[in-house]
Amino acid sequence: MAENKNSLVKELTKGIIKENPTLVMLLGMCPTLAVTTQAMNGIGMGLATTFVLLGSNIVISALRKVIPDKVRIPAFIVIIASFVTLIGFLLEGFVPALYDSLGIYLTLITVNCIIFGRAEMFASKNGVIASAFDAIGMGIGFTIALFLMGSIREIIGAGQWMGMTIPVLHDDPMLLFIMPAGGFFTLGMIIAAVNKLSKKKPPKEISCEGCPNAEACGKGGDCQ
Amino acid sequence: MKAIMVILLSAMLTDNFVLSKFMGICPFLGVSKKLDSATGMGIAVTFVMICATVVTYPIHHGILVPNGLEYFDTVVFILVIALFVQLVENFLKKCVPSLYSSLGVYLPLITTNCAVLGVTVLNIDNGLSFGQSIVNALGGGLGFMIALVIFSGVRKKLEYADIPETFKGVPATLIAASIVSVSFMGFSGLFN
Repeated sequence: MAENKNSLVKELTKGIIKENPTLVMLLGMCPTLAVTTQAMNGIGMGLATTFVLLGSNIVISALRKVIPDKVRIPAFIVIIASFVTLIGFLLEGFVPALYDSLGIYLTLITVNCIIFGRAEMFASKNGVIASAFDAIGMGIGFTIALFLMGSIREIIGAGQWMGMTIPVLHDDPMLLFIMPAGGFFTLGMIIAAVNKLSKKKPPKEISCEGCPNAEACGKGGDCQ
Repeated sequence: MKAIMVILLSAMLTDNFVLSKFMGICPFLGVSKKLDSATGMGIAVTFVMICATVVTYPIHHGILVPNGLEYFDTVVFILVIALFVQLVENFLKKCVPSLYSSLGVYLPLITTNCAVLGVTVLNIDNGLSFGQSIVNALGGGLGFMIALVIFSGVRKKLEYADIPETFKGVPATLIAASIVSVSFMGFSGLFN
């Protein structure tokens, strides 16, 4: 029992640091860059993704013996898209401001590689409880990464942070940081910092691990 | 006519899907190492974007809206795109093998490309007409291709650059993408 508990804790914590989906595995770049103009949006997007991830991981691992291997990709997509529709309703009803600021990127959670990757690599091979812990860990890791990105961009680019104004920066903010170009730049710098700090060699390329297209990609393109 | 041109050019340049909307970042970073694969991916995405719009627009306005089922958009659209990509792949394999051998490998990549789902949803959200939607999809696809082709040139130079060890790989690529994105900001005053 003790061992079992340990392994669940491990599933939970691996997503936060060692296998952080955004900063180490380099998955789910689109929302990381798009919604992080404010720290608050980063948290909102992170939690919405965590909700979808948790729901889809639980359902997929519960149905893993029922779904035939050949149609698993469309089946996974439908399950994920259903949870995205659900979180869309919840946010529209209870947090309309966040719903408006996330806009189309909320719909695009459907095609977030993190969710598909966890479904393919973890939930379709493991039990319901382990999958739930895995989803929560990965979700927290993703939320932290988005919060970090959002904080840096909001503080430097707008001179604000979570509703507070930053004294000197607020008078003359570097607007570039909340523009698209600043998103690429900030993410590049954060990943470089992670590379510097981590002992293990991080992947040099965008990770295709768990991507439904990895097979096709490795064959033809040069996504490694 | 003028309105159509504005939609086309703004989808291509000012609202570039990759560099200002951050859609399709994975193929942008993954398939932009060589010029020919960048062009192939660009053509395939443009083609699928237009076809996906042609298919999803009537489904939304003809089937979902009359029955009050608009909230099924996401589920239906992603399924239609996945099926459609499969269909195009099979069709090309049987009927136009020469085109298949050059584009075929990129097609499965498109199913989870957020730019394709993004363009279909944006067309509906922005209330564009059928014709405008198709032009928007065409512009979006061409803009995607322009970004990929330009970036493949930048990456070629990057390969020979002497970069500090920590920045090698993804960080250097992202910072280069940031500079390309700055250059696209120059288009922003085009329609004022």
